[in-house]
Amino acid sequence: MVEAAVAMDHAGHAAPARGLTRWLTSTNHKDIGTLYLVFALVMFLVGGAMALLIRAELHAPGLQLVNPGFYNQILTVHALLMVFGAVMPATVGLANWMIPLQIGAADMALPRLNLFSFWLLFFASVLLTSTLFLPGGAPAAGWTLYPPLVLQSGSAFPVAIFSIHLMGASSIMGAINVIVTVLNMRTPGMTLLKMPLFCWAWLITAYLLIAVMPVFAGSVTMLLTDYFLATSFFNPAGGGDPVLYQHVFWFFGHPEVYIMILPAFGIVSEIIPTFARKPIFGYDSMVYAIASIAFLSFIVWAHHMFTVGMPVAGQLFFMMATMLIAVPTGVKVFNWTATLWRGSISFEPPMLFALAFLFLFTLGGLSGLMMAIAPVDLQYHDSYFIVAHFHYVLVPGAVFAIIAGVYYWLPKWTGHQYSVRLGQWHFWLTAISVNVMFFPQHFLGLAGMPRRIPDYATPFADWNAVSTIGSFVFGFAQLLFVWLVWRCARGGERATAQVWDGAHGLEWTVPSPPPYHTFATPPELR
Amino acid sequence: MNTPQHGRHRGLVARLLLMAAASFAFGFALVPLYDVFCEVTGFGSRERLRGPAVAAAAAPDRARTVTVEFTASVPSDMAWRLQPQVAALEVQPGQLYEAHFIATNLAPHAATAVAVPGVTPARALRHFRKTECFCFAPQSFAAGEQRELPVRFLVDRELPAGVDRLTLAYTFYDAARAPASGGGG
Ligand code: HEM
Ligand SMILES: [Cu+2]
Repeated sequence: MVEAAVAMDHAGHAAPARGLTRWLTSTNHKDIGTLYLVFALVMFLVGGAMALLIRAELHAPGLQLVNPGFYNQILTVHALLMVFGAVMPATVGLANWMIPLQIGAADMALPRLNLFSFWLLFFASVLLTSTLFLPGGAPAAGWTLYPPLVLQSGSAFPVAIFSIHLMGASSIMGAINVIVTVLNMRTPGMTLLKMPLFCWAWLITAYLLIAVMPVFAGSVTMLLTDYFLATSFFNPAGGGDPVLYQHVFWFFGHPEVYIMILPAFGIVSEIIPTFARKPIFGYDSMVYAIASIAFLSFIVWAHHMFTVGMPVAGQLFFMMATMLIAVPTGVKVFNWTATLWRGSISFEPPMLFALAFLFLFTLGGLSGLMMAIAPVDLQYHDSYFIVAHFHYVLVPGAVFAIIAGVYYWLPKWTGHQYSVRLGQWHFWLTAISVNVMFFPQHFLGLAGMPRRIPDYATPFADWNAVSTIGSFVFGFAQLLFVWLVWRCARGGERATAQVWDGAHGLEWTVPSPPPYHTFATPPELR
Repeated sequence: MNTPQHGRHRGLVARLLLMAAASFAFGFALVPLYDVFCEVTGFGSRERLRGPAVAAAAAPDRARTVTVEFTASVPSDMAWRLQPQVAALEVQPGQLYEAHFIATNLAPHAATAVAVPGVTPARALRHFRKTECFCFAPQSFAAGEQRELPVRFLVDRELPAGVDRLTLAYTFYDAARAPASGGGG
């Protein structure tokens, strides 16, 4: 059956298969993009439900809803699902849909690999979620899976590790596909430095993925052999060192956070020029900024480990290197702002989310800078301050950019214009509640509330209650989004090919929705 | 499916796969690299921490005293007690000293423990030399047995000037659950 799908793909004119077969066997980049996006949305809701459970428990001091062991399991699975099941697949979905359309290619370079990586991810995520219900429960050591704690996991431990292996394999295959597509399949005349910034951001992300996902696979493999074969990579009793795990993990972990944010940078770099009706300010410097962020992300990992007892020289190095990242990041923020300068700006939902991204991501970057200062990080580390930091860069950062991207390209995908009013409601509810939810966590952290604990001292009660209220408003506001997307898929006012009057690029030259097969012959660049 | 398109991609795909394989290997290479790095940066290696050192015969530095503190801990799920006999010792760099830890097997059966040493601050590590230590080999105890465990050490004269206090810590692990002396990592 795969054969058939591929054959028809290459024929280039066949209609999609019917019903379920289409979704199980399609190698069409648009179908796979849709699968990834829908899957990411479902995982966002599942992971979000877990987050609401966590916030419900934290609404008041004391233990109300869950026992501490389960709290830590749900916390761990929430984070892993959001990172590997929601944010990353959403950006892969956008890449699948948009990269071929943006560079004038007929499909992704390796369609069958594409199909395989999606289903691998699907089963891996199901496997990971299933550990919650297996004997011994899910790992409970947090998404960083630090030994020795994680080695106390129950018999579901190998299942969790295996699911991580599969997710890693899936994203490496996805990355290979993106690189090959971008490097080999651009329409004639589209040089690398004429490529849309979304493609650039994804190209560099893909290289990051290939460089660090295998390192993560290696580190969890070592956990596995420590667990079963007593290899003692990380077990001090056998001559190992748990701090070594932290080095290996964060060598992956810090680039990983950029794997989540670089595609977001790319999306925002597409949206802001469209709605400011001006070309992006400083295109070349945007490309170099992404590249230098990616490069620097390899030499800052130990800013997650200032408290392990590093030599002062090491702390200084990692502190300086981390602060250096603020320079290219600052260049990007400057360029986005300069693009807005004297633009004729309109505030449709994609732009609203992109602007909120600009403000709130920057805020998250600033708390990052605070924590980059090694001597003061001793206080912030493992407190709610860091929880506030990474949620600012990940939710109003990465997630807002993804939502903005969906609002931007949804009319292109479905051929229908959605209700802008509903989108605006969704935006305001989301943008306000996200701050109600996460801003107070800065205060909690500075006041000394530790992360990953289901209970806390009573002085922290008020801000926790505020945060929980914010989280529930945020959670339910997302149902508006689901409703909007559903309605837009079903029907609505016809969208034009260009959709937004300020939009430029090859993806806006094909009809909305695009035919099943686009750019069978490479398009002319204007 | 051997269209010219696929031929065009093959080389690049192969190179990318190679990159991924190299990264996987690099993850494991970080294990030995970590030791090299610790050695080069003056952290001292784990080998040195766990193995006997040769005491350089040097006259003690009478002008200087350094406090060596002792501490010990046992994982909460282990039926052992481990305590230093004295909390701290004033030592002079260059001179050999002996200290004792008292270990008790609280379990109703014989058991073997591995002691894992640690020295802080890290920059003092390479100047703290143990010539004899109960941590060099697993220690077996009868049910309920209590014993004094000796460690002989000297702090060498090259100890950086800023350090006037260092801590020697031991953690006991159950040898039955850990590979005997020095395994894997
Ligand atoms: C200017 C940019 C940034 C700086 C200076 C920065 C700095 C830091 C520092 C120093 C920490 C460790 C704090 C501690 O453990 O005590 C940290 C944690 C974290 N950062 Fe950032 N960061 C930046 C941007 C980002 C971005 C863009 C993301 C993701 C999109 C991100 C995600 C995270 C996450 C997930 C953690 C917590 C990891 C954990 O312990 O679970 N950061 N950041
Ligand atoms: Cu980091």
